Amino acid sequence: MAKSKTNSYRNSSLGDRIFDICNTIFMILLVIVTLYPFLNMFALSFNEANDSVRGDIYIWPREWTLRNFEYVFSESNIFFSTFVSAARTVIGTVVSVFCTAMLAYTVSRPEYKLKKFVSVTFIFTMYFSGGLIPGYLLIKELNMLNSFWVYIIPGIIGVFNMIVIRSFIEALPEGLMESAKIDGAGDFITFSRIVLPLTVPALATVSLFVAVYQWNSWFDVFLYNSSTPSLSTLQYELMKMLSTSNTAMSSSSAADAFANAQGNKATVTPTSIRATMTIVASVPIIIVYPFLQKYFVKGMVVGGVKG
Amino acid sequence: MELGKGTVQVGKTAVQLAKSNNTGTSRFKTFFKELSKQKMLMLMSLPFLLWVIVFKYLPLWGWTIAFQKFKPAKDLFDQKWVGWDNFKFLFQEQQFYRVLRNTLVMSSINLVLGFVTAIVLALLLNELRNVFFKRTVQTISYLPYFISWVVAANIVQMALAPEGIINVLLVKAQLIDHPILWLGEGKYFWGILGVTEVWKNVGWNTIIYLAAITSIDPSQYEAAEIDGASRLQRMFYITLPGIKPVIVLILIMNLGHILESGFEAQYLLGNGMNLDYSENLDIFVLKYGMQMNNFGLATAAGMFKTLVSFIFLIAANNIAKRMGESRLY
Repeated sequence: MAKSKTNSYRNSSLGDRIFDICNTIFMILLVIVTLYPFLNMFALSFNEANDSVRGDIYIWPREWTLRNFEYVFSESNIFFSTFVSAARTVIGTVVSVFCTAMLAYTVSRPEYKLKKFVSVTFIFTMYFSGGLIPGYLLIKELNMLNSFWVYIIPGIIGVFNMIVIRSFIEALPEGLMESAKIDGAGDFITFSRIVLPLTVPALATVSLFVAVYQWNSWFDVFLYNSSTPSLSTLQYELMKMLSTSNTAMSSSSAADAFANAQGNKATVTPTSIRATMTIVASVPIIIVYPFLQKYFVKGMVVGGVKG
Repeated sequence: MELGKGTVQVGKTAVQLAKSNNTGTSRFKTFFKELSKQKMLMLMSLPFLLWVIVFKYLPLWGWTIAFQKFKPAKDLFDQKWVGWDNFKFLFQEQQFYRVLRNTLVMSSINLVLGFVTAIVLALLLNELRNVFFKRTVQTISYLPYFISWVVAANIVQMALAPEGIINVLLVKAQLIDHPILWLGEGKYFWGILGVTEVWKNVGWNTIIYLAAITSIDPSQYEAAEIDGASRLQRMFYITLPGIKPVIVLILIMNLGHILESGFEAQYLLGNGMNLDYSENLDIFVLKYGMQMNNFGLATAAGMFKTLVSFIFLIAANNIAKRMGESRLY
């Protein structure tokens, strides 16, 4: 290791070792601060709701129960909103990634005469937006209010995603596409049979971004579909709970009121439902993203630095 | 159809002409001739061009609402024009300046805090020697970035509740006597928001700096080690200067987003009691537009924000370009 020439503490390996220890402790603290809220939600969601009101639930349930989950999924609006969330995530991701990749392929073709025009038209939109009101009126004029498609169509192309995929395609050996052409493959065949399978790392990155965006969305539900309960999403339901307790301020008094209203039979409390829904809303993401880490780290660097 | 055919035929003759006389018009015609061979590429991209025009460019036309007394019940073409009245009203409105202040303060706090913490964390992560430990910490640190703001706001609200973990810890440490209603007082809001943004994004923001660190020439570290430089010295004199170009680039690009203080966090954590500090431009637009149905004023405020942001972004982009760094786009 570092061979010190002087006895100055900064140059000694002792200093290095102290640094290492402090650094490790700092990282452990960071991990705790990051994970604690989720563990706490986990504990609250699996703990007897009335027992939780007593407090002192930290990272492990005291009285195990599945009651909270049973309640959450027996509420038809929450159950159905989970289904809508899943549907928009799956459909939105497949459609958006396929279309974005197809567009990225066309603007990656050096011989395409409209290459420059199309990419500039898209990239320019990163600098401005019509804003909330004109956007809302557009959706209204297109008759897309209170429809499922308002979740899919307005976000079909992500410009940043297009850049990530385009950079990846441009890095593929040009010979591949040329030999496909010589074999008589058209552009769509070249794209779907040759380019798509080779772009899997970029597609995985982009799919993660789109899926997370879709799963986490609530504002479009609030803005466009709030009068259609059957199109509500899990995040929007959770958001509604958040704003009701915002007005109640103290969650314990809200819990009391809730318990009183239900008599002594109350088996769930607003806090336990919130914790349970938080777990339901975050678990799919927690399970998926670590497996895609090596892809999205690369994708971020390509999209962010190169562009 | 007929028009298209005509173009192709004209194009053919143009190629023959072009052999002897390569004028501007014939080059134009060659362009169309070659383009007509790229039907599949056009089929694969033009539907999306139509999409971008409808969903991104058409709403710009909606800015005309800023100059109208807009009644949602009436037809789009049937509105009353009022000139600059909405803007005049906006710039006289006391609330607008408060909202603007909140926007600028919150985005500045986010910018400085987010920027510094991400660089420090990247430097410290880079010093971890155990690869497995390093990867684990990194993976965990990305987690809050992926969860929704709804979940994050829930977590923050529960942690800051009277019986939440923050109050429990502070009371146990005897730093405070009574639990504090953190979200119930406006003066705490900016701090809470800044810390929440760091908690959510710091791990994610290290990605770009860590990537930059890996491109530093390892021989520099070896040389420094032979010269007896300590870990901290190597961090300050090699790693930090090594990623300076990326730091400068990101700083400039972030400055371009100075009017983007975010929307979801303020909207979800804001309440009646911290309104004076939590309300920003986006919430102002939402409130006036969707809740009070004053579409004209809301569009004027939104237009103001977009135009100022546009200038900032273009300026930031040009500064970055002039400094010889790679532009974002």
